[in-house]
Amino acid sequence: MIGRIDQQFPGFNQRPETPPSAAFNPNSQLKIPDASKTQDWDPRTMLSNLSFLEDKIHQLQDLVHLIVGRRAEVVGRSNEFVPQQQQLITADLTSIIVQLISTAGSLLPSSKHSLPSVTPIVTQLGQLDGGLFPTGSGLNGFVPPHNGVSKVEDQSNQIDPTNVCGPEQNYSVEENESKDEEDADDGENLPPGSYEILQLEKEEILAPHTHFCVICGKGFKRDANLRMHMRGHGDEYKTPAALAKPHKESNSEPMLIKRYSCPYVGCKRNKDHKKFQPLKTILCVKNHYKRTHCYKSYTCSRCNTKKFSVLADLKTHEKHCGRDKWLCSCGTTFSRKDKLFGHIALFQGHSPAIPSDETKGLAGHSDRGEIDEAPNKVARLDFNFSSDTSIEGGIHNATNSKGSVDDPTGYFSPLNFDTCNFNGFREFSRNPFDDSESSFSFLISGSCKYPGKTGEEPGSNDLQR
Amino acid sequence: MKKQKQTHVPSTNYFDLLSEEIVFSILDFLDDNPLDKKSFSLVCKSFYTTESLHRRALKPLRSEHLTKILHRFPCITNLDLSLCPRIDDSSLKVISNVCKNMLRSIDLSRTKFFTHVGLSNLVVNCVNLVEIDLSNATELKDPAAAAIAEAKNLERLWLGRCKAITDIGIGCVAVGCKKLRLISLKWCLGIGDLGVGLIAVKCKEIRSLDLSYLPITKKCLLPILELQYLEDLFLEGCFGIDDDSLAALKKGCKSLETLDMSSCQNVSHVGLSSLTSGTACLRQLVLAYGSPVTLALADSLQKLSMLQSIKLDGCLVTCPGLKAIGNWCISLRELSLSKCLGVTDEGLSSLVTKHKDLRKLDVTCCRKITHVSIAHITNSCTSLISLRMESCTLVSREAFVLIGQRCQFLEELDLTDNEIDDEGLKSISRCSKLSNLKLGICLNITDEGLAQIGLCCSQLIELDLYRSAGIMDTGILAIARGCPGLEMVNIAYCKEITDHSLISLSRCSKLNTLETRGCPLITSLGLAAIAVGCKQLVKLDIKKCYNIDDAGMIPLAHFSQNLRQINLSYSSVTDVGLLSLASISCLQSMTILHLKGLTPSGLAAALLACGGLTKVKLQESFKSLLPRHLFKHLEARGCVFQWRDKVFQIIEMALRSTFYYLQAEVDPIFWKLQLEDVE
Repeated sequence: MIGRIDQQFPGFNQRPETPPSAAFNPNSQLKIPDASKTQDWDPRTMLSNLSFLEDKIHQLQDLVHLIVGRRAEVVGRSNEFVPQQQQLITADLTSIIVQLISTAGSLLPSSKHSLPSVTPIVTQLGQLDGGLFPTGSGLNGFVPPHNGVSKVEDQSNQIDPTNVCGPEQNYSVEENESKDEEDADDGENLPPGSYEILQLEKEEILAPHTHFCVICGKGFKRDANLRMHMRGHGDEYKTPAALAKPHKESNSEPMLIKRYSCPYVGCKRNKDHKKFQPLKTILCVKNHYKRTHCYKSYTCSRCNTKKFSVLADLKTHEKHCGRDKWLCSCGTTFSRKDKLFGHIALFQGHSPAIPSDETKGLAGHSDRGEIDEAPNKVARLDFNFSSDTSIEGGIHNATNSKGSVDDPTGYFSPLNFDTCNFNGFREFSRNPFDDSESSFSFLISGSCKYPGKTGEEPGSNDLQR
Repeated sequence: MKKQKQTHVPSTNYFDLLSEEIVFSILDFLDDNPLDKKSFSLVCKSFYTTESLHRRALKPLRSEHLTKILHRFPCITNLDLSLCPRIDDSSLKVISNVCKNMLRSIDLSRTKFFTHVGLSNLVVNCVNLVEIDLSNATELKDPAAAAIAEAKNLERLWLGRCKAITDIGIGCVAVGCKKLRLISLKWCLGIGDLGVGLIAVKCKEIRSLDLSYLPITKKCLLPILELQYLEDLFLEGCFGIDDDSLAALKKGCKSLETLDMSSCQNVSHVGLSSLTSGTACLRQLVLAYGSPVTLALADSLQKLSMLQSIKLDGCLVTCPGLKAIGNWCISLRELSLSKCLGVTDEGLSSLVTKHKDLRKLDVTCCRKITHVSIAHITNSCTSLISLRMESCTLVSREAFVLIGQRCQFLEELDLTDNEIDDEGLKSISRCSKLSNLKLGICLNITDEGLAQIGLCCSQLIELDLYRSAGIMDTGILAIARGCPGLEMVNIAYCKEITDHSLISLSRCSKLNTLETRGCPLITSLGLAAIAVGCKQLVKLDIKKCYNIDDAGMIPLAHFSQNLRQINLSYSSVTDVGLLSLASISCLQSMTILHLKGLTPSGLAAALLACGGLTKVKLQESFKSLLPRHLFKHLEARGCVFQWRDKVFQIIEMALRSTFYYLQAEVDPIFWKLQLEDVE
């Protein structure tokens, strides 16, 4: 801070003739009536501050008088004291200015509530005109108005940040930092000082229109439209010169790159931030400010949860809302699968959630009802079974093995064969001997299982022995 | 079994004097044959109870009686349901209600019809589940994965071919199953970088990760390689992984022991060299069907100081590449060059002379190698256990004598389609530990050589004589006499084989797979002998055994109660025979093409009676002859139908003994000549 103050001195030195009181009094006068309207403001402190300032100014006046007197006395004598005196005066002046600003800053928290009648101190230092906020004439000499954008003078660095910061604390800064990075190119690494920092004011950023008619006050988004509008106010506005594009000031000096600062103190995009990252265009400023420091008034009508402060953001979101939802068990949704997996990898116990409709659909397939299905039904098929004796023998063989058929734990399908008739096939469903083990054949040993068969196949039994 | 009964007849049961622990440890030795335990449990009530309490693993064939058997065996920890054609939610509910906390492992890999509801039930009730196999559950979607995620103690999970599961589902598993040590996601095409990445982030205990054929890129590779305990990583067919991705390997995965990068087309030696710098512990490397094995590739792998096994199947191989592998400092235990183009005597010889410790060597279809290579292999790699050299047709007869002389520790030898003759076989019979011998399409061998094998190689388990025309009954007789432990025999198209061979083979009581395809002299008598003697028969192929009829099926139906798979095509079996097979309750797969005695109603009856069928191959013509709801019903029971519409030639059938065409079909020499004509 001190370093900066030192740099500022030449600025003051250029007009040492101007009596400080003349320059600053209008300011303080302007302040007091406004401040009286506010609620949280302590007039006593203000009074003591002002009287302190008054004392200081008087001391300074005396000093200057003294110098003037001495100069008259000794004309040709040593000039060596002059720079020292000048330095002394500027130091005093600076401290007065700082005091004055900080005093004025104490008004700010309350002034927020009565917008736009009261403007922040920054606004007053470099005021826009626009007919909205008429400024004290004394200020015009100090800071020239600059096309609606205040050219921030370095003095504003000295504003006590805490005072300015106060009113905006209801907006969270962190919340939108990530988003913030998207609307300015961070890859740009301009060395500080190589560009000119401009700072729009809050009201300006939030104003729907930027061009206002000086006669009726109507606002326009585009200057061209304003000029068209002006034609209605009289013939003098109809001249080609008035309708033509305002001539760009062709400065002979090389144009400085313009970068923008967010008026919100403490924000990374504010020029006072340690890691200040400027915003590239006015549009960036607008989007950044709305996204980061403003209430999100647009709610998505589909999900009713997502809120936005920039209308375009809402529209972008609505395009994707409801589609491709990647859901985590914690309830968080993601528009992209990789984001979901990143989230899950990061946290313990979170896992991907499966949409409920998928689970339901599958659950319907379970075949529980089949258990009660009578297996006998299956046997009733309409096969044209010739009741040949040879086939009969085959069937007997088959039935022997089918000890399982009479067991009701169904492996049969839910298919219904009720309608089919059958002949000679019923034997299948009956079990000639009830052997509870024959079904799990890993236990079956062939030889002991078929005691009754020996008569039928003498040949094979011979082989067995 | 009867002996046991006899000792048990006296009124006092000596077994009562033994404590349960001692009986249990006796039962532990009864693992070889599942029927032994069955016999034990049938002795008396106390044996029954003891055996019920002892059994830990169960592999039921049907789901209908789950309640009963689970109550009978209360201590079941491992339940394998892969043979049950139909497991629905109610079955899973029964399991979860009965097994509760006991259940530690469940295999649902081939079953269908259950949903996430059943899974959820299972996982909630059986909190100690450590292992779930859900491979091939193509119907399961994300809710099923979410259900599994509730299994907090899960350590091993197989989801191969669960194509409908997406990143979301696997994300749930990653978050829920923190203790996962093994996960297989092979062919889960719905899972990408995000899901795999999350597994790597959340499941820090992972040891084995199978990501074959997943659409993943390097994005998920980084977190995977940060897994501290990762030992096995399978990236077969991951086309999204390229040299750049492997550059990430540089940083990590010191614990990696097995890496499979087969069919990764976008990985060259550049990527592989970055791999070698990061993975010092690598023992096994699979680079099959990848980039050419050049000097550069061989050099890039040089730094792998722990490497024991490398598989380069199907790669283009250069001579300098093989020589460079020979110059590696390490000594390989296993090398596979199956189907590699460009393997020459020069390259292979220089390689094998350096790697003298080779235990397994696969040079299948390396068609350029000659006896020179065999001489070098047998000279330096004397401790070979497995040698596979199918279709090395330039290797001369004399070379096979060397194998028997020098590599006497061989246990597995594949000489399919080679020039080996009886002298070679006699020499090979010195390999007394031989358990797996493949002599398919060896037209120079006869009974003389095979008899010598039967005399000396008593430990033979698997013998393949497919289309080895010179083999007749005497050879098989010697084998059956000398190798009682035989489990698999293939005598397909050995047209001289008769029932005598089968009768002699019936004394191999452990036989579980028999293929006698195209042996026209075999009759039902021979098959009956097999059925009676080989009760553990699981797979039987009697296709084109024209003389086998219903008389063969009936003993089969009685005695082969373990039969699961049968091919009856072209045999003389009719309705009766087919229907009698229904008494085999394990029967799951049937191929029934061109049975001329089969009527539609007979087929329908047989299909209905075989309750456990999962796969049936049928002639297309039956599709229209049988009611459609019959098929629907069978499909609902868990059976899949495969339709074939190859036209059977009746003329061929009628003239089968003399007709030239059939001669070519059955006679191996004709067959081989025909094959060469085509080539």
